[in-house]
Amino acid sequence: MGNEAHTPDAAASVDFEQVQSTGQFQELRRRHRSFVFPMAVAFLLWYFAYVLLADYAVDFMSTKVWGNINVGLVLGLLQFVSTFAITGWYVHYSNRKLDPIATEIRHEIEGHEFDKNGHRVGGANK
Amino acid sequence: MIAIPAAVDVSALKDTTLLNMGIFALFVAVTMVIVFRASRNNKTAADYYAAGRSFTGSQNGTAIAGDYLSAASFLGITGAIAINGYDGFMYSIGFLVAWLVALLLVAELLRNTGKFTMADVLSFRLKQRPVRIAAAISTLAVCFFYLLAQMAGAGSLISLLLGISDWGGQALVIIVVGALMIMYVLIGGMKGTTWVQIIKAMLLIAGAAVMTFWVLAIYGFNISALLGGAVETAKNPAVLNPGLQYGKSDTSKLDFMSLGLALVLGTAALPHVLMRFYTVPTAKEARKSVVWSIWLIGIFYLFTLVLGYGAAALVGADTIKGAPGGVNSAAPLLAFHLGGPLLLGFISAVAFATILAVVAGLTITAAASFAHDIYANVIAKGKADAATEVRVARRTVVVIGILAILGGIFANGQNVAFLVALAFAVAASANLPTIIYSLFWRKFTTQGAVWSMYGGLASAILLIVFSPVVSGAKTSMIPGANFALFPLSNPGIVSIPLAFLLGWLGTTLDKRREDPAKQAEMEVRSLTGIGAEKAVDH
Repeated sequence: MGNEAHTPDAAASVDFEQVQSTGQFQELRRRHRSFVFPMAVAFLLWYFAYVLLADYAVDFMSTKVWGNINVGLVLGLLQFVSTFAITGWYVHYSNRKLDPIATEIRHEIEGHEFDKNGHRVGGANK
Repeated sequence: MIAIPAAVDVSALKDTTLLNMGIFALFVAVTMVIVFRASRNNKTAADYYAAGRSFTGSQNGTAIAGDYLSAASFLGITGAIAINGYDGFMYSIGFLVAWLVALLLVAELLRNTGKFTMADVLSFRLKQRPVRIAAAISTLAVCFFYLLAQMAGAGSLISLLLGISDWGGQALVIIVVGALMIMYVLIGGMKGTTWVQIIKAMLLIAGAAVMTFWVLAIYGFNISALLGGAVETAKNPAVLNPGLQYGKSDTSKLDFMSLGLALVLGTAALPHVLMRFYTVPTAKEARKSVVWSIWLIGIFYLFTLVLGYGAAALVGADTIKGAPGGVNSAAPLLAFHLGGPLLLGFISAVAFATILAVVAGLTITAAASFAHDIYANVIAKGKADAATEVRVARRTVVVIGILAILGGIFANGQNVAFLVALAFAVAASANLPTIIYSLFWRKFTTQGAVWSMYGGLASAILLIVFSPVVSGAKTSMIPGANFALFPLSNPGIVSIPLAFLLGWLGTTLDKRREDPAKQAEMEVRSLTGIGAEKAVDH
């Protein structure tokens, strides 16, 4: 099975340019990009702001907040918090906004659905 | 309870050698049995490279965490925090935030478009031959750098545990580690290696959790008191502030930026991490595995913060630096201080297992890339059958294993996390621009991909060669020579933007245009998962 390109799959004879031009697919792409691009820019800016502060604002980062805990440690731990939060947010968004429409498009093209073990579920074979 | 004197007698470690060996042998025996059992059904290429796409999201997520939490994370970061204080924490943050790039931009799209290797995706809508070769070469280069780091970690650990400080003795142990690794991969393939990763990840996280709890208990679960202990032992309040390692000069500050850039952009371009996305049946499972691994990795890095400052407080930076194995010995020394020989034996066996498993994961990635991309698709021009391809992959494993052993013998003593950061820089420069462009930029062309990959790879490696890492400083690999023309020890800040620029320039100057039908196919497949949403059936 080493070199089967993508040939033996259900999508071999699909006109992908036609699918690409459908409103449904355009909507899926818009939803995907309108979430991941701004989010990627946001977390990268926040990360680099943190790196720059740690690099060039040592006095500020060394300010004690509580006991021996300083601003640097708090901001560092907030990086953890924001990473976990964005992860959760993305999963929530994909489950609600991306997966249903992707499944719909796939279903229309393949004419059948697979469960997570790869067995065909319902629908007619092409 | 504060400021327990640093009472770790390094010479007492030799007495624990037999116990350490026993625990380690037990681990090897158990995992070998699992690898044997897992490998019974290895028949096809999909079995060998992608474990038959049979793993669930949470299993694969644990395995990804296992791949990612290498000796660099455990030994390297703990050591970096113990010695350099806050600046070591930077590694944890960069290594973790980087997962968002993988989660949001790469993992699912890649799972939907490829089959076995990174080159499958990169060459999907571009000219097969040149792009595949470039992707395979950069995969091999990144794996090699990463392997060097792991082998250096193995050397450090051994010298500490067995008190072997002579060159020949360490070399012998590295050979044994390498031989074991070759056996895992030859017998187990991806399925066997994945199971080893899962077990090892759970042991590593459990071990770190126990140590973290223990350290916190000593300080009455008061983080501030723990930090105070670190300050007291180090006699330097600056261990809590940024800049202890990187704040010395303008150059070192720039180096810190460069490291930060390489860390955050490297993960999503690491071939052995990317390959893990193919071991799950669907994109949704790929997403689940990334989410699972983000949680495991994040929690683990919170542990290393406590362990690092714990080692700084309880063991002391001077004792750590003076021990055989140097910086990388902070975590094992802390284990010895807390739980004596038994905990040291357990933690060391886990660290060993970590190195073995990660090296196995890297080796199988490199072998798959050579057999699948270079042999099957370029040399045999797609005419090789699956059995031949797997045979080539197995032979490649042996060759890479031997190269890793040789590299490991010569790369000794450097901080493992630091060496891994170099692999991240190479990956981010050589692979990430092309991955991002080919997934998101419709006009991207073959010339752009080839310029970006070779330009990024060559600039990253050349800058490392002419950096203080290799020559010109006391800590260099070749301390006697001085050809360090480039002042930074991490090349990322130059080579990553350069690779993005080259990809753009190569595309704009390319007179050829790529087939729009292939672009449409890639985009539709990547977002919807058509044709990829099933296990490979036999």
